[in-house]
Amino acid sequence: MDELTRSVIDYIKHEYIEADDDRELTATTPLISGGIVDSFSMISLKRFIEKKNGITIPDVEASPEAFDTVKGIVALVNKLKK
Amino acid sequence: MAFSAAARQFYQSEIETIREAGLFKEERTIHSPQAADIEVEFPAGSGVRKAINMCANNYLGLSSHPEVIAAAHAGLDSRGYGMSSVRFICGTQDIHRELEERLTEFLGTEDTLLFPSCMDANAGVFEAILNDQDVMIADRLVHASIVDGMRLCKAMTDTFKHSDMGHLEEKLQEHQDKRFRLIITDGVFSMDGDLAKIDEIVALAEKYDAMVFSDESHSTGFIGKTGRGVHEHCGVFGKMDIITTTLGKALGGASGGCVSGKREFIEMCRQRARPYLFSNTVAPVIVAGALKVMEIVMSSTERRDKLEWNANYWRKMMIEIGLDIKAGESPIVPVMFYNAKLAQDFARDLFAEGVYAVGFFFPVVPKGAARIRTQLSAAHDQRHLDIAGEAFRKVGTKYGILGKGKKEIIEMYGV
Ligand SMILES: Cc1ncc(COP(=O)(O)O)c(C=O)c1O
Repeated sequence: MDELTRSVIDYIKHEYIEADDDRELTATTPLISGGIVDSFSMISLKRFIEKKNGITIPDVEASPEAFDTVKGIVALVNKLKK
Repeated sequence: MAFSAAARQFYQSEIETIREAGLFKEERTIHSPQAADIEVEFPAGSGVRKAINMCANNYLGLSSHPEVIAAAHAGLDSRGYGMSSVRFICGTQDIHRELEERLTEFLGTEDTLLFPSCMDANAGVFEAILNDQDVMIADRLVHASIVDGMRLCKAMTDTFKHSDMGHLEEKLQEHQDKRFRLIITDGVFSMDGDLAKIDEIVALAEKYDAMVFSDESHSTGFIGKTGRGVHEHCGVFGKMDIITTTLGKALGGASGGCVSGKREFIEMCRQRARPYLFSNTVAPVIVAGALKVMEIVMSSTERRDKLEWNANYWRKMMIEIGLDIKAGESPIVPVMFYNAKLAQDFARDLFAEGVYAVGFFFPVVPKGAARIRTQLSAAHDQRHLDIAGEAFRKVGTKYGILGKGKKEIIEMYGV
């Protein structure tokens, strides 16, 4: 697993998952449709990714679909970094 | 006429999508005043039937109280029906200011401003007092109207895990570079019935130079020894920077809300809060009724005491019957079913037994956390609760879930 994927997974675990929740989180776990992150709490995730990668994610790109998996988020970051 | 056939088709298919997702909401028509015993027509077009109401926010049983009705009648006669004006043009009567003073005293703040609703208070307050140098740090389960208000405000938005003080502390540390920090919470969370840890929040606010906002819509009038709210219950009465609350639940249940708190915040709302500036004043008849409500709640704790007794009795009974309820200290008692269809079927069967309560499921509550939210009222007598309890027992037996916990119910019905 690459560093970016790892760091996003770690952030989500800390930021959104309760300590007593033993659900596994992988790069393909549904985040928004799975009820782990919602549009209100997503803001800190977006900010974390922007800061970490030195990018700004335009609001149109920060869609619930793009943010629904870590895989999707990483793809978005790679696209914007180019 | 530009509502084209294509537009109509689009909206029809949207509505169908909502229906197919099981998220379609329908109104039940009530043919009686709000009370413990109501007359309900459901489904539409069916006969009207009597039911015990277990889902109103009529916590203190004041919605149809004869003294409140009489005071509203008197207000109607002395101050008229409507004001046809926003507050600052010609919509402020003596009784509006009087009610604001009563609320200030009751909530333990410096000043208060009425809004058309608490939805409006929450929608307007943040934008009126914060800007892009500031941060709002909200509990993730705050009411939708707060989420909307935060979206309208230019300050940075952040959130913390529900009632997780460690996480809140991290956020406060992270945002020390901001000009002002505002911690935002509900006093009582309306879906789970749990209380915010306001005392711990106030302590963190002092440690990290932050201000505290609490929406006390589900506590004003009954939580705390004299019903002032969660801040009284937690021993921090007088320490809140901003409280919003509603007249639409325990305090008579008609409509109207307010922002209460530091004098300067109230003045800023008067100058800048858009729902205050651009929407009509609260009707005199409601203000007159609410003044009577304040007199009742400030002169005796009898009604909040009865509510507390009812809530304890109901919680004990639900546990004794073997239903899976969320523990708590409020008159909001969620009965857990986890599976959305089970919650809906259960509510329908309860209604057939003459008990009216409603199932809640995603997206109103998290996935796999479907429930029937029961709400107690001082209008309930023990008899109501005994009858309602029997109905829960009967329907619970039918579905085979009595004595079963979360794991077993999910094994039987899935999530
Ligand atoms: C926590 C909370 N805040 C605000 C509101 C809105 O209050 P109002 O009905 O006065 O707009 C509600 C009511 O649904 C609520 O539950």
